[in-house]
Amino acid sequence: MMFAVATVAIFIAMSLALVRAFVGPSLYDRVLAGNSFGTKTVLLIGVMGFLTGRPDFLDIAILYALINFAATIAILRFFSYREATAKDRARPLNEGEAP
Amino acid sequence: MGRILILVLNLVVIWLLLSGYFDKPLLLAFGAASVAFTTWLAVRARIIDNDSVPSGLFPGILGYWAWLIFEIGKANILVARQALAVEPKLSPKLFTVPNPPRSSVGKATFGNSITLTPGTVTIDVREEEILVHALTEELADVEAITAMGERVARAERRQT
Amino acid sequence: MSLDFIDWALVRDLLSWFLFLLGSAAVVIGALGIVRFPDFFSRLHGAGITDTAGAELIVFAMMLQAPNWIVLAKLIFIAAFFGLTSPVATHAIAHAAWMVGFKPMQGAALRYKGDEGE
Repeated sequence: MMFAVATVAIFIAMSLALVRAFVGPSLYDRVLAGNSFGTKTVLLIGVMGFLTGRPDFLDIAILYALINFAATIAILRFFSYREATAKDRARPLNEGEAP
Repeated sequence: MGRILILVLNLVVIWLLLSGYFDKPLLLAFGAASVAFTTWLAVRARIIDNDSVPSGLFPGILGYWAWLIFEIGKANILVARQALAVEPKLSPKLFTVPNPPRSSVGKATFGNSITLTPGTVTIDVREEEILVHALTEELADVEAITAMGERVARAERRQT
Repeated sequence: MSLDFIDWALVRDLLSWFLFLLGSAAVVIGALGIVRFPDFFSRLHGAGITDTAGAELIVFAMMLQAPNWIVLAKLIFIAAFFGLTSPVATHAIAHAAWMVGFKPMQGAALRYKGDEGE
């Protein structure tokens, strides 16, 4: 029962993170939301493992945690190359989130 | 040499814990082979120093971690209140704090501790100072963060 | 002094219920923070709640329910991994945005510095 409660809570949090990932407005908001989504996925895999009585799922959770971390760094790396070539990059990027 | 031994022991423990097999000679041999290969690669790449095997931080860092957990708990409550408030009273602030730890591992530990405490995020790590973004005026406590840095500096026993 | 009258399984379940509820609340609050806070740099703090309190409390709660010590060891590994990598990832995102020229809102008025004259 307690695992079901945690699963529902993690699902709610994941959908909230997805909202931020869709709304943006900037690239870094999306990367942040994606990273947070990945953290929640790791928790979800672990809790789902306990919920279905198969804690072996934790191996997948560990692997997902590794991939999530590497993917976040890799995405930032990729876009840092793209940004380095973009001209006049400070203002246009901030415009999306002016108050 | 001491660092290599520590690295091998850590790798063996991680391999045994993650696999969970202690009585299959074939799997144990594979584990030994992968540990030997990893160690060989690390030695060959000359990356075994205080950064990759930070033995100089122990045991001083353990007490620091215990203290840090309490700090994280306290800061979590403050930030959670802002996230739940109908009208969040945010007053974001950028400021710098001194970076007292001598070794690069100490600097990294301090920067990560600031980020790990909700409400403050390390934005830029420079040689002598750290640029921090805080969520509210209350969380932008320069003295408390400076004291945290001095704790890290005291925890690192060996300087490189 | 004997403690036999205490039902340890019940104590363990109650404790993990408590940790699960607290951790679930922290995960949801962190996600709410990510959605609600006004600018990118303040959203980082929302993610901080999910990464520290939420993740660690749920992992601790799972540790209490671990059926054997292999599962326990894996959970400890996940907890340590979260503790080591989540601040690095958060800092990497913040630093990348800072380097590209993002400037945070500052002060209680939530204004970008340099925008006053516009």
